Amino acid sequence: MDAIEFATMPSTATISARIKPRRRGRAEAAWAYGFCTPVALLMVAIYLAPIAAVAVLSLTDYELGAPDFTWVGDAHFRAMLADPVFWRAMRNTFTYAAIVVPAAVGLGLMVALLVQRRGRLGGVYQIIFYLPVTTTLVAMATVWHFVLHPQLGPLNAALGALGLGRLDVFSDPDLVLAGLAVIGAWQLVGFNMILFLAGLTAIPQDLYDAAAVEGADHPIDRFLRVTWPLLGPTTMFVLVTTCITAFKVFDTVVVLTRGGPLGRSEVLLYAMYLEGFQYFRIGYASALTLVFLALVVAAAAIQSFLIDRKVHYG
Amino acid sequence: MRPAQGIAGRVGAHVLLLAGGGFMMLPLLWMLLTSIRAPDEVFSAGMNLLPRTFSAIENYGYALREAPLLRYMLNGAIVCTLILAIQLLVAIPAAYALAKLSFRAKPVLFALVLLGLTIPIQVPAIPLYIAFSALGLLNTFFALVFPFTLSVFAIFLFRQFIKGFPDEIIQAARLDGFSEIEIVLRLLVPALKPAIAAFAVFSVTAHWNDLYWPMIVTTSPEHATPPLGMLQFRDAETGSNYGALMAGAAIVTAPLVVGFLLAQRQFIQGITMTGLK
Repeated sequence: MDAIEFATMPSTATISARIKPRRRGRAEAAWAYGFCTPVALLMVAIYLAPIAAVAVLSLTDYELGAPDFTWVGDAHFRAMLADPVFWRAMRNTFTYAAIVVPAAVGLGLMVALLVQRRGRLGGVYQIIFYLPVTTTLVAMATVWHFVLHPQLGPLNAALGALGLGRLDVFSDPDLVLAGLAVIGAWQLVGFNMILFLAGLTAIPQDLYDAAAVEGADHPIDRFLRVTWPLLGPTTMFVLVTTCITAFKVFDTVVVLTRGGPLGRSEVLLYAMYLEGFQYFRIGYASALTLVFLALVVAAAAIQSFLIDRKVHYG
Repeated sequence: MRPAQGIAGRVGAHVLLLAGGGFMMLPLLWMLLTSIRAPDEVFSAGMNLLPRTFSAIENYGYALREAPLLRYMLNGAIVCTLILAIQLLVAIPAAYALAKLSFRAKPVLFALVLLGLTIPIQVPAIPLYIAFSALGLLNTFFALVFPFTLSVFAIFLFRQFIKGFPDEIIQAARLDGFSEIEIVLRLLVPALKPAIAAFAVFSVTAHWNDLYWPMIVTTSPEHATPPLGMLQFRDAETGSNYGALMAGAAIVTAPLVVGFLLAQRQFIQGITMTGLK
């Protein structure tokens, strides 16, 4: 890069007649390259080279520790598309997201609406709802497991006291994803609440006054006619962010279910982890990684598109 | 107060918030209560909210003795400190260059920074693991720290802040004989303090709580971070000693929760930045 900079110097010099800025410019560029060299090196080592390697590995049958590998072309991708385990992981991941996203976004919005402009007590509620965001998920998954324990937990004790049947959430194939989703939403609600509160404070009070003049006095009217339309960009943003977080569900699965029962909680990242770091089928795990990358990049592309739009709004 | 909201509405709001808040606090309270409960009471606890006999010392003592939790927390502190220090060291000068200096590679580098924002650790994990394994670097602090030394998010964030810094002050500093490094260290770092604090919270929370990467590169307790230690402790204790397990969870969770309660604003700013990421 430095060489390119140097080579183009004469042409810049003809444009700018003054000598001093030119020298200053050259020194400035030298400093800039010095400041950016560590970033460039780490960028190659941590992002560019490994991602290229994943793409290449996905076309081989390389296994960790194997002396050799052969090219297999798109065989892993064909195998993946034909593999019911892959589709199960995709279905589980999307089912999990389909529960967590509406719950965490809907409740986050509701709590934000309820706590805003509630003075000091509102601040206390904010702290309470935000507290789970700061907790260590591995530890809290252990706690949730105990809270939902079929014999020892308070939830089932309460259900029992009400004369209802006991739930064994994490051993029940039909409940396991919902159970994990409760923990996921529990940790995300406070986070989304803060994002919504930021969006709410940006809505000018005049608009509510104007709506009141036009007869929109009832809280529900105010919400539907002012708050909801103006909160649109924030809501979309929170939705996408929550989706990305939900796609990355991993910790609770490792701690509580290890993909079970009957593979009903085997999600994409956990499948990737098993293939790559338990079975050491590097080629296949790389193909899965590319699918995961595509998912996250698609969500991020939507997000940056939305941020651009938000800037125009603002 | 909003005029449209009557007494009934306000009471309703508090009822909903109390119910929701109770749900949020339920696991935290249950964790604390169980961690001080006597073992025989755990199995008959059911709806007994408050413990009748206390075994806090036994439970916490067991957790600290049987699982080297303090060791894991020390590891976590070492890993988080190293990551944060290197991230700042790498990101701040580069952010200054991207914000205020002109050089030809700038657009390319900035595009790469933006692209990097979307890539989670799970994507480069396989090649990085193969490389560390080949170099004999598994089970080292280096392996735990290295993939996170470049925070494109930090570069992006600090660049935004530095862009708003007045050019005149930088020019004046240059005329006073400040070198570019001095401009970064003596002018920008003090001005960036709020951004650095927010980023520090973001970074420390992310890496204190991370499970995926430590689980891949560490198998030894000498390097295990708190989540990994908690996982091992849990697997060793399955079903037997819930009091100690909850004490362990409380110990591991405490530093960040206490930090949050002491510095709420910085925490909320810092963690919420992940949303911008």
